[in-house]
Amino acid sequence: MFSYCADPSLLQGFQWMSCYLTSGTHLLFYASFGMVLLLLAVTAPIALAFGYGGAMACRSPIGPLRWVGKTYTGMVRGVPDIVFFLFVPIALDQGLEWLRHQALCDSDAPVRQGNDFVVCAAAKLPLSDSPAWVHDTYALILAVIAFATVFGAFAANVLYGAMQAVPREQLETAEAYGMSARQVTRRVLVPQMWIYALPGLSNLWLILIKATPLLFLLGIEDIVYWARELGGAKTSAFSYPHPDWRLYYFLVILVFYLLMTWISERVLGRLTARLSAGQATLAGEAQRKAATA
Amino acid sequence: MKKLLIAATVLAAATGMASSQTVRMGTEGAYPPYNFIDDATGDVAGFEIDLGNELCARAELECTWVRNDWDTIIPNLVSSNYDTIMAGMNINEERKAVIAFTQPYTPGMPSAYAALSADVDVEGGVVAAQTNTIQSGHVASTGATLLEFPTPDETVAAVRNGEADAVFADKDFLAPIVEESNGELVWVEGYDTVPLGEGIGMGLRQSDTELREKFDAAITEMKQDGSLNQLLVKWFGEDAMVFE
Repeated sequence: MFSYCADPSLLQGFQWMSCYLTSGTHLLFYASFGMVLLLLAVTAPIALAFGYGGAMACRSPIGPLRWVGKTYTGMVRGVPDIVFFLFVPIALDQGLEWLRHQALCDSDAPVRQGNDFVVCAAAKLPLSDSPAWVHDTYALILAVIAFATVFGAFAANVLYGAMQAVPREQLETAEAYGMSARQVTRRVLVPQMWIYALPGLSNLWLILIKATPLLFLLGIEDIVYWARELGGAKTSAFSYPHPDWRLYYFLVILVFYLLMTWISERVLGRLTARLSAGQATLAGEAQRKAATA
Repeated sequence: MKKLLIAATVLAAATGMASSQTVRMGTEGAYPPYNFIDDATGDVAGFEIDLGNELCARAELECTWVRNDWDTIIPNLVSSNYDTIMAGMNINEERKAVIAFTQPYTPGMPSAYAALSADVDVEGGVVAAQTNTIQSGHVASTGATLLEFPTPDETVAAVRNGEADAVFADKDFLAPIVEESNGELVWVEGYDTVPLGEGIGMGLRQSDTELREKFDAAITEMKQDGSLNQLLVKWFGEDAMVFE
């Protein structure tokens, strides 16, 4: 990074530290924070969409659609998260490769050969000669799908409950105005349900933040991986030898997660206040009183 | 016509990609001097990375390195996430049941016990070893209580903080750690050289015979012209074990 970093073994004190903290592995460590944030930013809306779809399916008057919704929420909520995180990416990856194998390979060799899962070179996903970032992105996409599937099921249940909680009178009034069922849902039910969904969704969001170290389980080099890797004692085989510093690295991660939670709490607090306005809830009532007083 | 053209280009692209196959080499990146992440650059380095690159050059293969946790290094090989394992993996019968190995590219490297004092009871105390290694298997077969960790670094940390009485690992991995500990860590008396394993080999899928033969031939070549011994000396020191 800096010109004086060429030979770290000659450095002392501040200079050593400045080189150490900007070494190649540390840059990867910093980048992994960005990756965790990216995962959150991408997963949250997708999980919410899954949840919305699930909740709508659960309320559907069409039998099969309702069964799909109920099965999805019931099954995912009933299986340990970790099992799902391990299962979804492997199943997706092998399923997609199998499909490509059927379409792209000339050979009719079986995909499973003894212990091995083998598809021809053209069916590999990503291809063997793709650059590393393609492999990383692919792994991250599989992780996002796994996270979204799991958190979507919980969100579906929260949204389903929130929809049931919207006062029946409001919906009846809308119907009395001559709105169709679809219009009632779009104009009254959905806008009104968020205040009931917010406590449950905010819980899920915080759990999602705290679940990001599970990325490590999926073989993605996230902040926990790098903290353990960088913190471990290094001998002089390395450019920057040091004793066991894992404690400090984990402390940094701890602060990062606390900071994330703190920011989330503030944003969610504001959102609650905003959504409470004019609602037939205790918070909405309190706002009305405060306004008139 | 247009569809036909698209189909033809897709096909051409697919076959073009298939011909320039890249071999993905799996490694752990946490076991110096065999394989580790060079902290200055962030890339993998070590004996096995030097050797692997040389083998690929000799076999005229294009290779790229992939890091994977030790825990899942064999499952991810058999599910084709990468094509080879070079991660200080000793050849043994248990592993041969699941994957195939090339001939060993190191002689049978000795293992060793290190501890805070030289008179620790390694047959009856608590001994730390990395999960799924021949060392952890060996400790389990002695009277000692086995304490397993996912990474080699944690096994040493366990001894330093008193969680374990001793650590059992490849001697070449422990040697620099013991030397640079300023006397904190020492070899356990009578247990500083425990012969274990048939040597370290490259792991491949059992169905991948063609690739195994290529690497086998390259290893034979390097054994014969002495370049493998040079690499062993470069990474493990003057008194490293070499091939005859």
